[in-house]
Amino acid sequence: MELVLSIAIGVMTGCGVWLILRPRTYQVIVGLALLSYAVNLFIFGVGGVKSNLPPILEDGVVSSTLSDPVPQALVLTAIVIGFATTALFLVVLLASRGLTGNDHVDGRNERK
Amino acid sequence: MNGWAHHLIIAPILVPMIAAAVLLFFDERKRVTKAMISLASTIILCMIAIILFRIESGPNDFEGVYLLGNWAAPFGIVLVLDGLSALMLLLAALLAIATLVFSLARWHGVGAHFHSMFQLLLMGLNGAFLTGDLFNLFVFFEVMLAASYGLLLHGSGPLRVKASMHYIAVNLVAALFFLIGVSLIYGTAGTLNMADLAARIPQIEPDRRMLMEAGAGVLGVAFLIKAGMWPLCFWLPTAYSAASAPVAGIFAILSKLGIYVILRLTMLLFGEGPSAGFGATVLLWGGTATLIFGTIGVLASQALGRMAGYSVLVSSGTMLMVLGINDGAISSGALLYLVSSTFTISAFFMLIELVERGQDAGANVLTVTMEAYGDGDEDRLEEGEGVTMPGTMAILGTCFAVCGILLAGLPPLSGFIAKFAMLSAMMGTGAIGVPPTPAVWLLCVLVILSGVAALIAMTRVGIRTFWSSLENVVPRVLVIELVPVMFLLSLTLALSVQAGPAMQYMDTTIRTLANPAVYIDAVRNAATVEGWKERTAPGTEGP
Repeated sequence: MELVLSIAIGVMTGCGVWLILRPRTYQVIVGLALLSYAVNLFIFGVGGVKSNLPPILEDGVVSSTLSDPVPQALVLTAIVIGFATTALFLVVLLASRGLTGNDHVDGRNERK
Repeated sequence: MNGWAHHLIIAPILVPMIAAAVLLFFDERKRVTKAMISLASTIILCMIAIILFRIESGPNDFEGVYLLGNWAAPFGIVLVLDGLSALMLLLAALLAIATLVFSLARWHGVGAHFHSMFQLLLMGLNGAFLTGDLFNLFVFFEVMLAASYGLLLHGSGPLRVKASMHYIAVNLVAALFFLIGVSLIYGTAGTLNMADLAARIPQIEPDRRMLMEAGAGVLGVAFLIKAGMWPLCFWLPTAYSAASAPVAGIFAILSKLGIYVILRLTMLLFGEGPSAGFGATVLLWGGTATLIFGTIGVLASQALGRMAGYSVLVSSGTMLMVLGINDGAISSGALLYLVSSTFTISAFFMLIELVERGQDAGANVLTVTMEAYGDGDEDRLEEGEGVTMPGTMAILGTCFAVCGILLAGLPPLSGFIAKFAMLSAMMGTGAIGVPPTPAVWLLCVLVILSGVAALIAMTRVGIRTFWSSLENVVPRVLVIELVPVMFLLSLTLALSVQAGPAMQYMDTTIRTLANPAVYIDAVRNAATVEGWKERTAPGTEGP
C-alpha cells in the first residue's frame, strides 16, 4: 500500500515537473494539476497510511488504531484552494490566448 | 489588554472581509458608493491598527493571544499579536490608505471588482501577520495571493496578462512547496501551531529531525519566492512594473510579508536548541546574491517601473542578509529599514505613474505614429475628475528627489537613519563587540554600494525627466493623486523626527522575538473564556 502510494506520488510529480517546464500554457496547467494531485496525496500520506479506520477518539480506543484526522482536514482545504487557483489560471491562460493569438507562455510565436 | 480591546485582534481580518462581501452586492456603476465603503473599511482598519500598535508599544505583559472558537491553544487556531505583527499591521494599513486614495482618481474604474479584491488582499495580509498556526498561514497566504492575481490583472492589456500568467504560475508552484513543507513538518512534529512546534522541536529525535528540517527548508522556499530571493526573483520586476500604479504600491508590502514570515519562523523555531541557526547560511548568501542582482538591476533599468522593481529586490536582499547574520542590534536597525523602504518604494511606484504621464505627453512623435497605425495606448484612461494640483512639476520633482534621497540612504530622512542604525551596529562599539566577521563586512559594503547605485540611477533618471525634457508639457495630476505620495513620504519624515522612539520600539520587538519562550508561554497559557452556561448556571450540566 505504502509502496503503491509513493510510486504514484513520484510518477505524478515527475510528469508534473516535466510538464510545467514545457513552453505551451496548456501543458503548464496540466502539469500544475498533476503536481497538486501529487501534493494532495502526499499530505494524505503524512498521517500514516491506514485503511478502514475511524478518525474518532473514544474511551478505550488505542490511538494506533485511529486514522489521523488532521491531514484529512488539511487535504480538503488544499484541494479547494488548489481547485480555485487552477480555475483562475485557466481564465488568465484563455485571456492570454485571446490577446496574443498563440499559446506560448511568453506569448510569442516561435518558428521552427 | 482585556475586554473589548482583546476582540480587536480579530478585527483586522473581519473588517476587510465584511467590506469585500458587502461590496459584491453593488453594481460596478455605483462607483462612488463602492469607493466610499472601501475607504471607510480601510480607515476603520487603520484606526484599529493604530490602537493595537499603541497597546503593543505601551507597557504590556504580552497577552495578545486570541483563541478562535474558544479552543485551547494546540487544538484550536490562535491569532497572536506581538510587537512585530502590530508593526506590520500598521504598515499595511497605512499603505492601504495611501494606495486606495490614489486609486480613487482613476484607476479603480478601469476594471471590475477592484475594491473587493483590494479588501480581500488586506484580509489575507492581516491574517498572515496575525496567525499563530502554519496551516492558517497557508490559507491567508492563498487569500492574499488570489486577490493579488486579480489586482495584477486589473486594467488588463497584453503586458499585464503575460506578467500575471508568469506570476500566477510561479506562485502556484510556491503554494505547492508550502503544502509539502507544512505536511512534512506535521508528519515529523505532529503539530502545526507555531508555539507548540517551537516547544516540540528540541525534543524531536535525530532521525526525524532531518526530515523536519527538510520540511522547514521546503517551506522556506515558498516564502523566499515571495520575498524575491535570487534565483527565485526573476518574475518580480516584470510583475511589479506591469501592475497598475496603486496595485504596485500595495504590492510593495507583499515581498515584506515573505520577509516577515521568515523572520518570525527563524527566530521562533530555530533560535536555540539543536536546530539553532538552521538556514542562516542560505539566507546570508542568497541575500548577498539578491542584493548584488538588485543593485545591478537598478543601474541597468531603462524604465522607471523596472527600477522600482529592482529596488524591491535590493530591500529584500538587505533584509535577508541581516536575517542570515542574525544579530540583535543589526536586526532592529533592519526592521526600521524595512518600514522606511516599504513606504519609499510604495510612494515611488505611484510617483512613477504620475511622472511617466508627463513623459508620454512629451513623446508626441511616438504617440502620433502609434495612433496613425491604430496601435493606440492600451492604458488610455478617461481623465479623472477633480482638482488639478497647482505647481505640478515642482511638487513632482521634489517628491522624486525625496524618493531618491530615501532609496540612496542620504541624510536627513529615515532611509539614512535606518542604514546608519544598521552600520553603527556592525562597526561601532555596539552589540557585536568583536571585530566584524567577513559576512558583516560584506553586508556593510553592499549596503553602501546599493545606496550609491540607487543615487546614480535616480540622478540619471531625474535629469532626463525633469531637466532635459524637450517639450514643456505638464502632466495633469490631481490633488488626490499627489497627496497619497506626499503622505507616504511625510511618514518617512515623521520616522526620522521620531527616530528615537521608533528605534526603541524595533529594539524591544527584536528582543522579544529573540526570546521564543515568551511567545510559547503566552500561547500555551492563554486561558479560554468561561462559557455562558458556566457563568449563568454554576454546577448544572448542559443538556
